[in-house]
Amino acid sequence: MMMKTGIKFRINKSGGIQVITIILAFACVIPLIAILAYIIQAGITKINWNFLTNIPKPVGETGGGIVNALVGSVIIILVASVIAIPIGILTGVYLSENRKSTLAYWCRLCIDVLQGVPSIVVGIVAYFWLVKPLGGFSALSGSVALAIMMLPIVVRSTEETLKLLPDSLKEAAFALGMPFHRVILKVIIPCGISGILSGAILSVARIAGETAPLLFTAFGNPYLTTNITKPMHSLPLLIFNYATSPYNDWHDLAWGASVILLVFVLLLNILTKQITKKWKVQL
Amino acid sequence: MDTPIKNEKITLSEASLGVIDSGKKANTVSKKTLRRPFRQIRTEKFFKQTLVLMGLIMVILVFGILLTLIVESIPSIRALGLKYLWGKTWDPVQDIYGAFPFLLGTLLTSFLALIISVPFSIAVAIFLGEYFPKGWLSDFLKNTVELIAAVPSVIYGFWGLAVMVPIVRSFETKIGVDPIGVGIFTSSVILAIMIIPYAASLGRSVIQMVPSSLKEGAYALGATRWEVIRDVIIPYTKSGLFAGILLSLGRALGETMAVTMVIGNTSQLPKSIFAPGNTMASVIANEFTEADKAVYLSALIELGLVLFLVTTVINMIGKKVISRFTNE
Repeated sequence: MMMKTGIKFRINKSGGIQVITIILAFACVIPLIAILAYIIQAGITKINWNFLTNIPKPVGETGGGIVNALVGSVIIILVASVIAIPIGILTGVYLSENRKSTLAYWCRLCIDVLQGVPSIVVGIVAYFWLVKPLGGFSALSGSVALAIMMLPIVVRSTEETLKLLPDSLKEAAFALGMPFHRVILKVIIPCGISGILSGAILSVARIAGETAPLLFTAFGNPYLTTNITKPMHSLPLLIFNYATSPYNDWHDLAWGASVILLVFVLLLNILTKQITKKWKVQL
Repeated sequence: MDTPIKNEKITLSEASLGVIDSGKKANTVSKKTLRRPFRQIRTEKFFKQTLVLMGLIMVILVFGILLTLIVESIPSIRALGLKYLWGKTWDPVQDIYGAFPFLLGTLLTSFLALIISVPFSIAVAIFLGEYFPKGWLSDFLKNTVELIAAVPSVIYGFWGLAVMVPIVRSFETKIGVDPIGVGIFTSSVILAIMIIPYAASLGRSVIQMVPSSLKEGAYALGATRWEVIRDVIIPYTKSGLFAGILLSLGRALGETMAVTMVIGNTSQLPKSIFAPGNTMASVIANEFTEADKAVYLSALIELGLVLFLVTTVINMIGKKVISRFTNE
């Protein structure tokens, strides 16, 4: 009974749902394109030489730039990378070399936890670990907070890359009489460098736009500084502060900063994609 | 007197290591090369210990985070007790702390965001996993959806302030509620966009793992494509899809900046989904540096602790479900 009326209906229903799925799936592209288009259109005209080389002017004066945030972002990200990438790679090596030990199990669990920790919580913790003992907001504490957020990505990508390397590689190196640390440093890590590198770049891309951990650590600074023990501005912080301010001049600065941040983050993501594609790494 | 003995020792140990055979010349050379094995063994040991230390650091880091949060929120737990979590008023000036408005705000925004985003992310997962797993069009879609996760949240917030808020305001005038623009609904929409990639990418990979023999069997019985999806793919992958949704939820709960910028930031209990409110993360972001009293600060940290525990539990359940799915 059902079959008689059914067959055509069922085929049409299947086709209809396929169309709906396709429409829904491609609807996801719209917001991204809308955001990109709007931000680039609003911000690209604000970027000029003055914008890149001046510090912000006080409210009421037009002009001014964001050089303090640009320099601050670069310094904070660099320090965070210097902290997180070596520790992350070594932890990844540890996990891929000791797959079954108890510590490795706990370590993996903790990395899973760390990956899900809300960024604002990392900010609170960095505040109590560094800002309070050191007696004031500092770029260093911001870097540590960001480094904590980078770690899981670096560790994961290192571990996953090294897991895929054939054991014969390591065995051959051991057979030649190489000690363990040289096998790791001269054979294993160079072989997996593309995966490790793309993980590191990806982690930088993830934290470059993080604001919440910097709110109570790097705090922001209207002047140009390169001292990492002092408060420092960064692009996402500047965007947040100026976007929520009521002044149009400051909004303009924030739009320009958004374009720079967005382009930087998207370029890093595309770079990671290209590396993973070229060397066929899986992350 | 000493040297010959030392030399002999050297040759002995060298012979046992099989590095050099014999002869006077070899002996003199060995003096230098010989220390290498020992040094290398020491370095090797040191290196291995460093690796273990790194593993330990991760564990210490996470337990340190938990411990710091607990220790710092003790004053508030002691002063306010359990009623803190369902107290309805948050008034730091009068020393009244009730976190219920923020709990409710967090739950409302996250679940509303989930409801909005799930149809889209499942559609992406089905599109990429089943309908068109290959080809430039699906590559384009896959990369674009992944880029959604790459955009910094502060930029979502800024875009939301400039674009979404006026749209929501005119929508609110149309349906006849207070046209505020900022509020729980606006932040849910922004959140919904932000969390699409998490459920979509996991959903895609689990849908691709469905054995083709199952699908072929269903097709052979005369099932249409939709029936295969409904009766074979969805039942087979439901735990994986569920895990993806959980991971999205974990993201939504902890998201700070975008929400802070568009939710309106009032500590009053939200009356409807269009009303302004606050989430746990946004109240911390707004008031942490202003907290002047010990209990006030500690109450904010307790919110952080709750946030940490809730997201951790949700993520752990999600991870567990995934690992069970992939091992089957």
